[in-house]
Amino acid sequence: MMWELIQENKRKSWMLFFAMGGCLLVLGYVIGAAWMPHQDGGILGVMIAGMVWFFMSLVSYFSGDSILLSLSGAKAVNHDVHPQLFNVVEEMKISANLPVMPKIYIIDSPAANAFATGRSPERSAIAVTAGLLAMLNRDELQGVIAHEMSHILNRDVLYMTFAGVLLGSIVMLSEIFLRSQYYSSSRRYRGSSRDNGQGQAVIMLIAIVFAVLAPILARLFYFSLSRRREYLADASAVRLTRYPEGLAAALEKISQPDIQLAKVNKVTASMYIINPLKSKKQHLALAFSTHPPINERIKILRSMTQGVNYRQYAEAFSKIKGRSSLMPASALEDSQDVPLRKASVQPDTRTAKQKTREWGDLVRVLNKFMFIPCPCGLTIKIPPDYKRDTVVCPRCRRSHDPRKAAHADQHKT
Amino acid sequence: MMLVLLVFIGGMILIIMSFAGTYNALVRLRNQVDNAWAQIDVQLKRRHDLIPNLIETAKGYMTHERETLEAIVEARSKAMGAQTVGEKSKTEGFLSEAMSKFFLVVENYPDLKANQNFLALQEELTSTENKIAFARQAYNDQILSFNNKTEMFPSNIVAGMFNFTKREFFEIEAEEREAPKVQF
Repeated sequence: MMWELIQENKRKSWMLFFAMGGCLLVLGYVIGAAWMPHQDGGILGVMIAGMVWFFMSLVSYFSGDSILLSLSGAKAVNHDVHPQLFNVVEEMKISANLPVMPKIYIIDSPAANAFATGRSPERSAIAVTAGLLAMLNRDELQGVIAHEMSHILNRDVLYMTFAGVLLGSIVMLSEIFLRSQYYSSSRRYRGSSRDNGQGQAVIMLIAIVFAVLAPILARLFYFSLSRRREYLADASAVRLTRYPEGLAAALEKISQPDIQLAKVNKVTASMYIINPLKSKKQHLALAFSTHPPINERIKILRSMTQGVNYRQYAEAFSKIKGRSSLMPASALEDSQDVPLRKASVQPDTRTAKQKTREWGDLVRVLNKFMFIPCPCGLTIKIPPDYKRDTVVCPRCRRSHDPRKAAHADQHKT
Repeated sequence: MMLVLLVFIGGMILIIMSFAGTYNALVRLRNQVDNAWAQIDVQLKRRHDLIPNLIETAKGYMTHERETLEAIVEARSKAMGAQTVGEKSKTEGFLSEAMSKFFLVVENYPDLKANQNFLALQEELTSTENKIAFARQAYNDQILSFNNKTEMFPSNIVAGMFNFTKREFFEIEAEEREAPKVQF
């Protein structure tokens, strides 16, 4: 039944792809025609727009994932940095029957967010922020990872990358056109007003209208399909975890900014090269602009009390949303019964202070801090650029040698 | 005469081709079943390897829980001795039960729960338990389609000729699906 969903996604993707591609080419044509009315400017415009599209797609296909990961400051981690994250990803890999384990990245940001990338299930990566890891318990983390895994599984990642590139090309072209028009309109009109100034002015007007409309149109296409995919990823995610409450609770926590980490900015702002508060805003904007209303997603998940197959998600969806066009009928017919499972054994008893400390330690590990355990019970955490020979324990005044500790650390691993 | 011969040859070719197709489908399904089983087996072995460390860590703290710990050790050695899928699903079910009892009792030992080594082991065991559950789901899905293929007409003819026999499901006792009991 996964297969029908993937096929449906592919079909929809191609339709959207052509609609947006059409937008781009028409935009290229009218801009070309407006700028060079006498020398087949329209054709030239189409060619240039096509080339921009082609090259940007090429780049995003071959290195889109690494660009995205490095832009967000994600660092690749192994099992020892965060065993729970690693285990949860592996659990979902088994549940989803994915051929290979996705690469795992952690972003040292206090915001709660996660994304998946990679052009195929064989070459995929999942990145989560340190803030997310500190905030969620095991079941909630599993829900989030399952959601990201579903994006990989449903081939959403590649599609969203290409659609994003198309959108970017359209926005870029119309921006260039409108700006140059704004600065040079008077000069241009004077030059060509003699012979067919009337016709030229009409073409210019059409071009301007289209340059304003095309990005809006493209965004509408993009967002509507993106939202649909989020619902589908939720449906696949609960099927993978068999525990809708995990994802629901995670979404609830992420959407409430006041349950963020305790005193993030005061305690840890100095660890950042740039201001963490600024990056937090960007992350939130990235995450939620293309997503359906979060409380609707939570409501749908919470009303799934009988089982977690696609039919039950679709039923919950139509009950909450009042329409039922989420999935192809073939996906609903043969979905077998998948029972719910219970919550995992231990409730999360960590206090906000503990969570903040865990988060800070995780960020320090990511940034290659050194951890020196002092016999008095304190763990001294030293930044990687600490140059002096000794460090004195602030509690018991014993002195330690950081280089020796680093040496011992290497021997251990 | 010529026509009859052609029809006969054509019919033979068709039969042979569908025969080969069915055979290949059966082989593919059997390989998928074996692969899914290997996924479970890896996790079962991992659990067996983790348990001695857990007992060793817990022993010092849980002096009054000798029975709980012994039950785990015994269930583990039985599970390690199991050979067939049926035996394994039974013995591993007992082991899961013993483990969940242990983790309930642990709630009474705050010192043990604060032990870093224990916490790491607990995370690994919880994860292994989950992986077994998820791999079991995948395995049983595969078994279902394989068994259907070996029993349904006409593929059951090919299955019978080449000795593709039904396989066992990996079921853990129904107890696992009960809702958790909450006590206040």
